Amino acid sequence: MHSDIVISQTDGRPMYLQIMEQIKQRIAVGEWTPGDEIPSIRQLAVALRVSVITIKRAYLELEREGVIVTQQGKGSIVAPDPDLSSRLYDEELAEHLEQVVRLGMLLGLSSKEIVHRLREAIDRLNEAQLTKETL
Amino acid sequence: MNDLSVQFEGVSKKYAHFTLENINLELPTGSIMGFIGANGAGKSTTIRILMGLVHQDQGSVHVLGHAMPAEQAAAKLDIGFVSEDMRLYKSATIAWHMEFIRSIYPRWDQPYAESLLRRFDLKPQQKIKGLSHGQRVKAALLLALARRPRLLVLDEPTTGIDPVARHEVLGELMAVLADEERTILFSSHNTLDVEQISDQIAFIDRGRIIDIDDKEIFLDRWRRLRLVLPPDVTLPRFPGIVEVGGSDRLPVLTTNQFDPDMVSACQNTGATVQAVDCMTLEEIFVANVQSRREGQAV
Repeated sequence: MHSDIVISQTDGRPMYLQIMEQIKQRIAVGEWTPGDEIPSIRQLAVALRVSVITIKRAYLELEREGVIVTQQGKGSIVAPDPDLSSRLYDEELAEHLEQVVRLGMLLGLSSKEIVHRLREAIDRLNEAQLTKETL
Repeated sequence: MNDLSVQFEGVSKKYAHFTLENINLELPTGSIMGFIGANGAGKSTTIRILMGLVHQDQGSVHVLGHAMPAEQAAAKLDIGFVSEDMRLYKSATIAWHMEFIRSIYPRWDQPYAESLLRRFDLKPQQKIKGLSHGQRVKAALLLALARRPRLLVLDEPTTGIDPVARHEVLGELMAVLADEERTILFSSHNTLDVEQISDQIAFIDRGRIIDIDDKEIFLDRWRRLRLVLPPDVTLPRFPGIVEVGGSDRLPVLTTNQFDPDMVSACQNTGATVQAVDCMTLEEIFVANVQSRREGQAV
């Protein structure tokens, strides 16, 4: 169930973030469904060969975000929250948007120009959609 | 029961050319501590004191509730020790060693020993002198693990072994921790291994512990900020700046007290924050050692 979480040494992000992201993806695609029991901290640590404290950190953050629920002495489950996957995509969108802004700033674009470029991208996609529909 | 497996309080040991000074450390039961230091920093001396092999001049050492070195006989029943220079009998086989250890330690777990033989790809009839370095490390580790000690002390367990063997060894170390009752202390200069499996990390340099904390706190506190400064702008003094590198217009700040407010404080001066980079344990260790050495210039 959990051995397919992959930790990359070359990914610049901390291990706990990589673990959080992969658990969220698992939930977003429906492999782990609300109410499912997830591996205990120690089980996952042993399976991934990653320290207990790292997994503990990932679980604590996931709990804070409302993705999982930990019951004292009973382990953790996927939170019974029906809007989970849309919320996860929402977070991903926010991340991508930040990335876009950062790249724009790196290119020396003003806020206005960045917004303009985004508008252009939307128009391009809409147009593509239209041509597809009229064909 | 004491929930600390290892406790050092103000431990010192003086040699002619090296002094171990005021070592304090606590290792909670059920966790792994990685000990990082350059060669000659004092890792092995600290471990020998822990094992009762070297007697401290000052301070107290408790291991599994036993005062060291006075109660070392009792403590050692529950400690598995593997070091680089382990003494195995060259002309004897692995099977002979297994039998020998079994005759001394009543808790020897034969089925576990046999499963380790398979997982480590070792043959019991092999003689020690015919083993490669990596096989010898795995054999020594097997002999220590199958005793089911409550504390494992490993001096450089992954040094000089190939990547596949390292992967197996790290996996077995993690498996030991599955039951929450066992504790591991290991030293290494392979920071990647330490970063991966340690709960707590101690940096040792020139006979002193220069930093000790939870791994996650270490990785959270340290950041490298790459900035672009407009001309004639000077940055305010931030707390915890360990190093300022780069150039005047493109400074690179290394901090050990990162706070997201630092980013907005930089931006408020008109600077552009190009990146806030996480640092690997290796980068943190090197930056830490260098800044301390500069601070206490000899």
